[in-house]
Amino acid sequence: MKPPRFDYLRVDTAAEAVEALSQTEDARILAGGQSLMAILNMRLAQPSLLVDISRSRELDQIREEGSWLRVDAATTQARVEWMPDLSRKVPMLAQALPYVSHFQIRNRGTVCGSVAHADPSAEIPLVLLALKGEVVLRGPRKQRILTADAFFQGMLSTARQPDELVESVKFPMAKAGHGYAFTEYSQRHGDFAACSVAAVVNQAGIRFAVGGVADRPTARDWPRLTGTDLEDALNDFSWELQARDDPQVSALARRHMVRNLGKKIIAQANQQCHPDSIG
Amino acid sequence: MHDTISNVNPAPYTGRPVERVEDAALLMGRGRYGDDLGVRPGTLHAAVLRSPHGHAQLLKVDASAAIAAPGVHAVLTGEDVRRWAQPFVVGVKQPMEHWPLAVDRVRYSGEPVAVVIAEDRYLAEDALDLIQVEYRTLDVVMSIEEALDPGQCVLHEKVGANIVSDREFNYGDVERAFVQARHNIATEVHYPRNSCSPIELGFVLAQWLPDEHGYDVLSNFMGPFSLHAVMALALKVPGNRLRQQIPRDSGGSFGVKQSVFPYVVLMCLASRKAGGAPVKWVEDRLEHLEAATSATARKTIIQAAVDEQGRVLALKYDQIDEVGAYLRAPEPATFYRMHGALTGAYDIPCLYVRNRVVVTNKTPTGLVRGFGGPQVFFALERLMDLIANKLQIDPIELRKKNYVRADQFPYQATAGAMLDSGDYGRLTDMAVQAAALNGLEERRQHVQAQGKLYGIGCSAIVEPSISNMGYVSTVLTAEQRHRAGPKNGAIASATVAIDLLGSVNVTIASAPAGQGHMTVCGQVVADVFGLQPAQISVNVEFDTAKDAWSVAAGNYSSRFAGAVAGTVHLAATKLRDKLAQIAAGQFNCSADTIGFAEGSIFNLDNPSQTQPFTRLAAGPHWAPALLPAGVEAGLRETVFWTPDVLKAPDDQDRVNSSAAYGFVFDICGLIVDPDTGSVTIDQYITAHDAGRILNPALADGQIRGAFAQGVGAALFEEFRYSADGNFQSGTLAEYLMPTACEIPDPTIIHLQTPSPFTPLGAKGLGEGNNMSTPVAIANAFADALRKSHRDIEDIRLPLTPSRVLDLLDTQDPAPRHADPQAASARKSSAGGLRLSASGVVDVSASAEEVFDVLLSPQALARVIPGCHELTAVGENRYRADVTVGVGLVKARYLAQIELSDIQRPYSLRLKGSGQSSLGTGSGDGRIQLENTSTGCRLTYDYEAKVGGKVAAVGPRMLEGAARIIIGQLFAALGRQASGESGQSWFTRLLKWLGLNGGGAN
Repeated sequence: MKPPRFDYLRVDTAAEAVEALSQTEDARILAGGQSLMAILNMRLAQPSLLVDISRSRELDQIREEGSWLRVDAATTQARVEWMPDLSRKVPMLAQALPYVSHFQIRNRGTVCGSVAHADPSAEIPLVLLALKGEVVLRGPRKQRILTADAFFQGMLSTARQPDELVESVKFPMAKAGHGYAFTEYSQRHGDFAACSVAAVVNQAGIRFAVGGVADRPTARDWPRLTGTDLEDALNDFSWELQARDDPQVSALARRHMVRNLGKKIIAQANQQCHPDSIG
Repeated sequence: MHDTISNVNPAPYTGRPVERVEDAALLMGRGRYGDDLGVRPGTLHAAVLRSPHGHAQLLKVDASAAIAAPGVHAVLTGEDVRRWAQPFVVGVKQPMEHWPLAVDRVRYSGEPVAVVIAEDRYLAEDALDLIQVEYRTLDVVMSIEEALDPGQCVLHEKVGANIVSDREFNYGDVERAFVQARHNIATEVHYPRNSCSPIELGFVLAQWLPDEHGYDVLSNFMGPFSLHAVMALALKVPGNRLRQQIPRDSGGSFGVKQSVFPYVVLMCLASRKAGGAPVKWVEDRLEHLEAATSATARKTIIQAAVDEQGRVLALKYDQIDEVGAYLRAPEPATFYRMHGALTGAYDIPCLYVRNRVVVTNKTPTGLVRGFGGPQVFFALERLMDLIANKLQIDPIELRKKNYVRADQFPYQATAGAMLDSGDYGRLTDMAVQAAALNGLEERRQHVQAQGKLYGIGCSAIVEPSISNMGYVSTVLTAEQRHRAGPKNGAIASATVAIDLLGSVNVTIASAPAGQGHMTVCGQVVADVFGLQPAQISVNVEFDTAKDAWSVAAGNYSSRFAGAVAGTVHLAATKLRDKLAQIAAGQFNCSADTIGFAEGSIFNLDNPSQTQPFTRLAAGPHWAPALLPAGVEAGLRETVFWTPDVLKAPDDQDRVNSSAAYGFVFDICGLIVDPDTGSVTIDQYITAHDAGRILNPALADGQIRGAFAQGVGAALFEEFRYSADGNFQSGTLAEYLMPTACEIPDPTIIHLQTPSPFTPLGAKGLGEGNNMSTPVAIANAFADALRKSHRDIEDIRLPLTPSRVLDLLDTQDPAPRHADPQAASARKSSAGGLRLSASGVVDVSASAEEVFDVLLSPQALARVIPGCHELTAVGENRYRADVTVGVGLVKARYLAQIELSDIQRPYSLRLKGSGQSSLGTGSGDGRIQLENTSTGCRLTYDYEAKVGGKVAAVGPRMLEGAARIIIGQLFAALGRQASGESGQSWFTRLLKWLGLNGGGAN
């Protein structure tokens, strides 16, 4: 369990990182390394070059830009988690981050790294999708911004081009009259979720997103459904996700969790969406 | 004399929670683990090539490219092993050949096939990918049921069957008891494959010594050292030509470091292949989980004859142990360790046993903490609950009614166990009281009011310790045993010595793995000499060339407290008696009046006659002339001790399989959440009688550790295989060990009934909860479902959400608008790694054009995702070099591709299979084409299979990954067929597949 040979380059700026990506075939960004190093050690990947951005100060910023909270590529999950007002600014992220593995891993793992890796069971991609967040991609010639929906394309697969860096991700900040809720089920604390659910509820409707079930986080927008209408919608969605069977959790169990956890989390978001409940 | 001294100075340390002397070094990074010790210059590093197949003929191993790779010194293959070694001896009379490296056939996924020896581990692993191995796959045998079926493939042709041992035992008039009994209650239970994975894994540093015709080894093999003989025989050297040393520290073992022994032999041979350079191998987590060891899986049909009061008159066990691909020593010990005590804590006069051992295409089994106990008590204690339920007797009352009574000890159980001491009823009452204090019934009401289920269950077990080295011979018939000669005993050894400055040194042959042996030996010896534990130096390194040791040496069967610490006490006492004689000579008194306390040696009758211990004890080194007459020079005593009660199995097959038997009674309250299928331990009471406790803090630590592993076995841990032989639990994200977050703190209760058969009255207690906890949880789970749903007898562990939701008859309502396409794409068959799907795609090209692409090698090369090169090797048959993967995870496969069943332009079959450093992959697709107004409609059905490493470490990823790769294939096919102009088709396809067909990074 030793990685194959690779070159290593430590960079300080986004421009250097992108240049390295564009000049070397099969280069990968190394940020927190919490997925990448394990993959390398098992030789599931053989990148020619690792571009280490973990010590870049330029890429370690958390900023408020209008109604967005923008988190840069080298910023750890722990730094975001410990923002004093995170639960007010992006309450769903504050609820979800403690589920991201264990704190030792969040001390290293980055928010953007989790998004770029696109594990279908990861919490941060689900939150980004549920909130209609955005991904800022920087290439050698241009920067482009994709919605989370357009960015996530399947198991470990995204719209990022090989020469692009996930420079930042942008989470919409909480709005008055919206309720936000997140929960998940995994057999052990800190595991990849068997099923994770997130809901945003306001006067107009419900946005409900599920992770860990399909090959990417997936969301649905519904009007303010209740009772059996909501149960039917959840059940239809649980089937549309084409839940996967794996040795730990069956597809049936995943559908069951989508229905039950979904109902619970929508009710929870619902309770919090009174106009005076935020801010 | 002993009484006199203990009156003056009752043991101030033994029995008290003395702090561990080991911890300071371990907590501050100064542990002396094998991998940390440093090696001689010129040491080489080994990496092991392992089979990606569950069962295959080994046709060719070509290591030439690997040998030419940078830094590689040699590659060890089956040919070398045949030349320099011979198969391991097996415990049953069967012509089964188990080599340390596969020589002609691989029989489990992960079996060693070759060893690369290189300048570092990185280079060695690089070269693994260069070894070309040709396999011809064989059918696999993956379950006990398949192994029993004579129609299935036979693993060992010389044996001729997959049942390798079948023994029946009869004690008392069982049939009569069943005829006379009021009730005949039977059930069938299954125990899964699991393990106790330590933090530090296997470690071997081996060197061939050509001048001495032998081998020198440093490893963390933990014993039993009876296996030293197995290793020396395999290496074809006398015992004194295989020197084995064990470092001071071992990062956990839990039995599984017994399985290091085949690698000791393998690395000795690797060093020989490398011309005598030392070769180091450190097992990694994937190697460990896949190929080190496992507890046996067992199927048991158990049956009780019960009278109207609930007294069990007779038991019948029909047990089948699944030991993996080889019967590796000391198997079939999993059966026979428990044999004498199969009646558990109960006074049951009649017993029938049938023990069958079967082989399957899985990793060989061996010691795992609890060894044999979890399997037996899972059957017996589930049965006791079923009896209680059927007879409407409280399950605790039923057990108490059947217990061996306190006045019956020592009690010879029906199959020969000599239960040494205890008061089972009293300890049970203590546990019941604690459960009442913890408010279990109130918890039940409270939890049920929240819409969840609550269950309460118990278990009662006897915990054997200090294994009889002769118990395995019970597998032989009495006649075979007569021919082979008797085997019995459990020889422990210890040495206590005094050095030139009068300080005390202790050495033991126990190979500890973190249990605190140094601490306890220090306590025991300090009390004997009237010193402080800090003054005693305990050396737990082990060296077969220099230490006193024998067949039972090692760290297993919970033998430390009862046997090793007791033998240390005997050796220290012997040396103290010698010192007393020397002191008596100096004080002119009788040796009987010499006292040892508070660092002094003195005359009890005249306390003014006193000397510091260190001064008096050092004297004999410097002035042997002053020794009293008859006292020999030297201050070093070695004692070998074996329990008298451990006899060889008798002609009636009765065997006292262990020297001591503790008792454990557990009560569990648990919560089942029907929303998720989760099971949570709410309350847990565990009551232990392990005789005299030498250090209560260490004892409770052992109990907590075993409890955590018991919870793991019940709720989380299982080695899983696909039906086609692939291992699926290759990381700790797939093999779920519980963490501190999942383990509640149990309420621990002690009763101390000293054993009459061990020197200090102590018994083992390190394994009890591995035996009692899984079944207590299963009983509590059954109780939760009995109240709300139905009686479930055959509870399969671990209780995963999927299993729990199935048992709760969870509804899975159909969607309002069934999508047939989505439904048909979801046919994942049993086994989990056969990934199948079907789909329909509209292509903006005609069926003829699609066929043109498929039948043209150049075009086909552009269609196959990641194809670097495609070479025709026959009509519509190709060899291809392809890179396959998703995201950053990918590997380069050498593949064979074949088009068949061609009915142009309507249908064909596209098959491919390949092998890479990540394992094997294959796909078989049937494609049908039908022209439409805009082009054609392509319908496909595919089944993909993945094996080897990628299957072991990423099973949760495979379905999504396969979907992407198939998507890429059809996307490219459409592009080619429509002459790159098919962007709209391409977009539609992607939309339907929901994929990025292009840059999947």
